[in-house]
Amino acid sequence: MPYGPHTLADRERMLEAIGITSVDELFDDIPANLRASRLDLPAGMPELELAAHLQALAGRNRTDLASFLGAGAYRHFQPPVVDQLLLRGEWYTAYTPYQPEVSQGTLQSIYEYQSLLAELVAMDVVSASHYDGAAATAEAALMTCRATGRQRILVSRAVHSHYRQTLATYLSGGDLELDQVPVVAAGPLAGTTDLAALEALLADPARPVAGVIAGQPNFYGLLEPMAEIGHLAHAAGGLFVAVVEPVSLAVLEPPGAYGADIAAGEGQSLGIPTQYGGPYLGILATGDALVRQIPGRLVGMTTDLDGQRAFVMTMRAREQDIRRERAASNICTNQALLALAASIYLATLGPHGLRDVAALGAARAAELEAALVEAGAERLHPGPYLNEFLIRVPDARAIHARLLERGVLAGLLMADIEPGDPGLADSLLVCATEVTTGAEVARFAAALKAELGTVR
Amino acid sequence: MVPPDLRYTKDHEWVRLAADEATVGITAFAAEQLGDIVFVELPAIGRSLAAAATFGVVESVKAVSDLYAPLSGEVVEINPALAGQPELVNTDPFGAGWMLKLKVADPAEVDALLDPAGYDQLIAEG
Repeated sequence: MPYGPHTLADRERMLEAIGITSVDELFDDIPANLRASRLDLPAGMPELELAAHLQALAGRNRTDLASFLGAGAYRHFQPPVVDQLLLRGEWYTAYTPYQPEVSQGTLQSIYEYQSLLAELVAMDVVSASHYDGAAATAEAALMTCRATGRQRILVSRAVHSHYRQTLATYLSGGDLELDQVPVVAAGPLAGTTDLAALEALLADPARPVAGVIAGQPNFYGLLEPMAEIGHLAHAAGGLFVAVVEPVSLAVLEPPGAYGADIAAGEGQSLGIPTQYGGPYLGILATGDALVRQIPGRLVGMTTDLDGQRAFVMTMRAREQDIRRERAASNICTNQALLALAASIYLATLGPHGLRDVAALGAARAAELEAALVEAGAERLHPGPYLNEFLIRVPDARAIHARLLERGVLAGLLMADIEPGDPGLADSLLVCATEVTTGAEVARFAAALKAELGTVR
Repeated sequence: MVPPDLRYTKDHEWVRLAADEATVGITAFAAEQLGDIVFVELPAIGRSLAAAATFGVVESVKAVSDLYAPLSGEVVEINPALAGQPELVNTDPFGAGWMLKLKVADPAEVDALLDPAGYDQLIAEG
């Protein structure tokens, strides 16, 4: 029995009515290489054989590696209570019900997520989550354009390359412009956003800037002069967007304290494993002044007619089911299950626990730096970092591959993500967190020393 | 019956003219249709508006609607009370719930607006 509701005759009449001869013509605007091709699936298998086959495929994953890979997704200890609570069937929908107030539990979980994150970023308002940190950053950029009536965004070159690509995608197709702010090339501030260049870019009266975006820590792991970047943005009449890593906020100054108008970030490090490439969690926060510009939904707490505590969908009137093409965003499905994981994680650790996680990661990274320098690597930048930094080694690509053979994932080969940047050639972005062990650091250093010995 | 001394748009704004200054709000009919109004977004003072351009947004508990300038002109004043008491648009739409004052650029545009009888007819037709 065919499941499609339209007969061949129906389809032919519809095609004729709009003046085309085949359904494929509807997709002509999509470049041929991006269109889905026919799935080349093998024949079906019995379940037992399939399980064995999948197990063999899974066996090809390397689980023996000492990993020093971060670069936007971070390994942390996930207390078992996070998964245990997350697996409860009550939570199994990403969606807030269309009559949300009947689901008080769902609303309460979102409210608690908002409250915990608001405390962490020290800002008034946190939206009920976005797809990932890159999407949240792009939404932040669009907020600054709506709020200022301006059309130009400046993003620091030291913001994650994937975030900058997502920004370029979101800002394309309209009148919006995206310019990059270079980083300082040498000296004590090398690798951080170039304030003089930023000031010059902001000074163009013909192209006023809506928002300036910088990361803390930045993609190279370095700490940025966020307050100064914010001052420059504000002096030019623009807004300031901080891209933050939430665990770091337990020890670093929060964006609300250094004058950021919007904070965006990736919430994966809050109790969400480094699973595939997602799903992850986009954090977006702002102050009262921009609350009408924040896409997605906000849940509030109030009292009902009997004076009892109740949770309500306070604000979602700017969403697409109400505003259609004038919605604040058409990409604002919340990540309720992952936001819940972040809430459980934060509530389990508490502020002191989270500070321990961040501080231990920083201590491990300092040990890692000492060990790698001792092994013959050099740091690319001299400035302070939290738990991630760049090292330079001769012929980094070959060394990275050979370290993998020795069971060490030596972070990210920067040439893979920033191939056009000669300043980053032969560099590796390495990371340590609280789950990095002293033995793993020693293994990395010994392997690197051996490899560098053979190179020299 | 709507106030007889005002002019109206098909988008349910009203205009009160005094010399070259026009006070603008939304009608009781519009406010009632929207329900409880929780937020009114108004333009910056000094902004120039073209007739029929959107000048702001009115948000009720379940809907958001654009506001349209009935006449061309420069915004000289906005109602500061609406920031804290948006419900004034519901309780006194033709009075304390006014939204902004325009310095009218072209008085001839007034002729294109509905008179009270015309607006009454519009809302009677639904």
